[in-house]
Parts: sequence; structure tokens; C-alpha cells
Amino acid sequence: MSLKVIQPGLSTSIQDLGRPGYFHLGIPIGGAMDRFALRVANMLVGNPEGAAGLEVVFMGPEIVFEKDALVAVTGADLPAKVDGKPQEGWTAFEVKAGQTLKFDFLKSGARAYIAISGGIDTPPALGSRSTYPIGALGGIEGRNVQAGDVIPLGEAEMIEPGLNVPKELRRLPDNPAELRVLPGLYWHRLTPAAQEGFFDDDWTVALEADRMGYRFKGGKPLEFVGREQPFGAGADPSNIVDGCYSYGSIQVPGGLEPIVLHRDAVSGGGYFTLGAIISADMDLIGQLQPHTPVKFRKVGMDEALKARSDRKKMLAAVRAHLG
Amino acid sequence: MTQVLSPVPGTFYTQSAPGEPLYKQPGDAVAAGDTVGLIEVMKTFIDVKAETSGTFKSYLIDDGAAIGAGAPLAEIED
Repeated sequence: MSLKVIQPGLSTSIQDLGRPGYFHLGIPIGGAMDRFALRVANMLVGNPEGAAGLEVVFMGPEIVFEKDALVAVTGADLPAKVDGKPQEGWTAFEVKAGQTLKFDFLKSGARAYIAISGGIDTPPALGSRSTYPIGALGGIEGRNVQAGDVIPLGEAEMIEPGLNVPKELRRLPDNPAELRVLPGLYWHRLTPAAQEGFFDDDWTVALEADRMGYRFKGGKPLEFVGREQPFGAGADPSNIVDGCYSYGSIQVPGGLEPIVLHRDAVSGGGYFTLGAIISADMDLIGQLQPHTPVKFRKVGMDEALKARSDRKKMLAAVRAHLG
Repeated sequence: MTQVLSPVPGTFYTQSAPGEPLYKQPGDAVAAGDTVGLIEVMKTFIDVKAETSGTFKSYLIDDGAAIGAGAPLAEIED
């Protein structure tokens, strides 16, 4: 029993919570860019939180259901319609066999998550169904969803429709969005003026923003502390001898446009990274549209850990609310 | 009058490349499915197609401007 894809949207992919454990081999963690939204969508339809769903970017797909299912759409405000009838976001609704799920224009956010009761049941690759197109792993043949695809579903334990997550338990970025940054190993490479300027400047999301990384523009070029470049580092002051990149790390090639590495990013390379976006704010990046204004705010480890703990509490509150 | 709406957020272009002619000029005939604009987002270029036929009236957005999903891009007289 399955879903039939009539139109795929712009960039719709099958994602679960990812495949941690292979980053040292250069295989990224992958998985939903807004993990909170995917978890909540799954909870609403009675799935395990890590079941595979669809990550939809900016533009919704058109899907025909071949069996009755419970569906929830979370994350971005991308209004769903079943045979033309509008459905609430962050709420479980029924789709009957033969009915079509379509979407209106995106209202806010960037990525919507569609969970379907039973979850998507494509074959896992390295322990995950998440699609990693560059490595041709997961999903359907390692690629994004295409028109004509038939997406298999798992066996569902049907629960009642109508479960809903109230607004205070949803999370979307503010405008301007605030992203908290923990300075990292190469922070000392920047001059004090550049260190300050990075946080004072107004940035916007660039058009080059996807699952690998989010680029930002509009701030002043960063100045580096002068040094004789070490052996193996390139001549550009933003180069280092190759190092590891973490999820969330911020590289600034040429000192010009910061790039935050996201779920499908490379695991290492020769750009200095000034620090990392704290884990609690990574989901928010997945909801940023191009041209969105952004401020980076400096935090210490204590605040980063407190924020992580707050996010866990929010997830626990959703679990409690949904019983 | 029918408005052509943007399916995605991004940057809107009224021509296929700098120096190329506009996709449509006021008064041009438009057939459903004709490309009337281009949107750049996520390292991808997406053609904006007319969903109705008629006569092209005008662009509502400047070439190279930032747009949100659902933004009116152009007008077609039925």
C-alpha cells in the first residue's frame, strides 16, 4: 500500500532523523533539517518519532493515496488540502484511498514535514531512510522524489484523527531570526574588530541555502590576524590546514559570506570555522527562507547547554500534551 | 485580469539572462504554459509559467527583486 506522486514540488525528499555514526567516513548525518517538526508530525499520526516522512521545501507536492491514512503537516505553514478541502497544520487529518493531497502557496517558514500513518517504508541505507542525493543514499534510489514515484508505506496502527499541537508548542524563527553561536577553535584567527562585527552586522539568507549549508550575506568582510600560513594551508587567510567540520559549524570562505553547515554537509576541509550554531537553533535554520534577515548572537557553553535542555523540555511537553 | 503568482520564494527575473529580451512585453499574446519569468532559489532556476491564456499586461515585480511565495509577479488580461 502506497502513495503515488503526481507532482513532486521543488525539492521533496524522504527523511527520517538521519544516519549518525558515519561522519568520520565523510557520510553526513542527514535527516530532517527541522527535526522537531518531523518528530511532532510523526507523533500526531501515531508513528514512532523517527519514522520516515516527506521533507517539502517551499512548494508542496501533489500525492494520491492508495489507502486510507492519517496525515499531519508540521514545520512551515504550507496549507494542505485533501481533494480541495483545506486542512489545519500541526493537526492529524484523514486521507481516504483515492483522495489527493495538495498544497497552497507557502505562508511562512521554508520546510514542511508530512507524516503518514505507518511511515514511509523504503529500504533503509546504513540504518536510515533519509535521502542523501549527493551520495545517492536512502530515499528512492538515493534521489529526491519524482513525479510517478510510488512510495511504500509501513503497517499503521490507526489512531483517531484530530490530535493537534497548540501554537505555544510549535517553533518557527522570529523575523529577524536570531541564531546563537558558540565561538570555536579558530575564533582567534579573527581580529577583535571582526569578532565584534560578525555579531553586530545585519545578515540575510542568501539564495545558496540548502540541505548542505546555509549561506548568509550582507555583513562586512572579516579581517584575519596576520600570520605566515602554515604548511598545507592555502594562501587565503581563511584557509587552515584541513580540519574536521561539525554539524552547525560556520565557515567563511575568503572571509566574505558565512556558510552554516547543515545535515548533508561535508565532514572536513580547509576553511577555518569561526564557531558553530548551537544545536538548539539548527532546526530554525531549516525554516529560513532566502532574504530573511538574521542576527547572530554570541553565547557561551552554559547558555548553549541550557538551550539544548529547553528544547528537550519542549519536546517532552509535546509528548505530554499528545498523551 | 489574472495575476501570475510566484510558486516559491527567491529572486525574480524578467529575462532568461542579463542582456536577453524580456520573456513578455506588454501586448504580447500569452498561451497557458508559456514561460513569463524565472526564479532563482537554492542554486536552482525555476521557470514561471502562465496558467491562463490572454494578453500580457505588465510585470508587477522588478527584475532581480526578492520575492516571497505567492507574490504577484505579472498580470495577464483574459
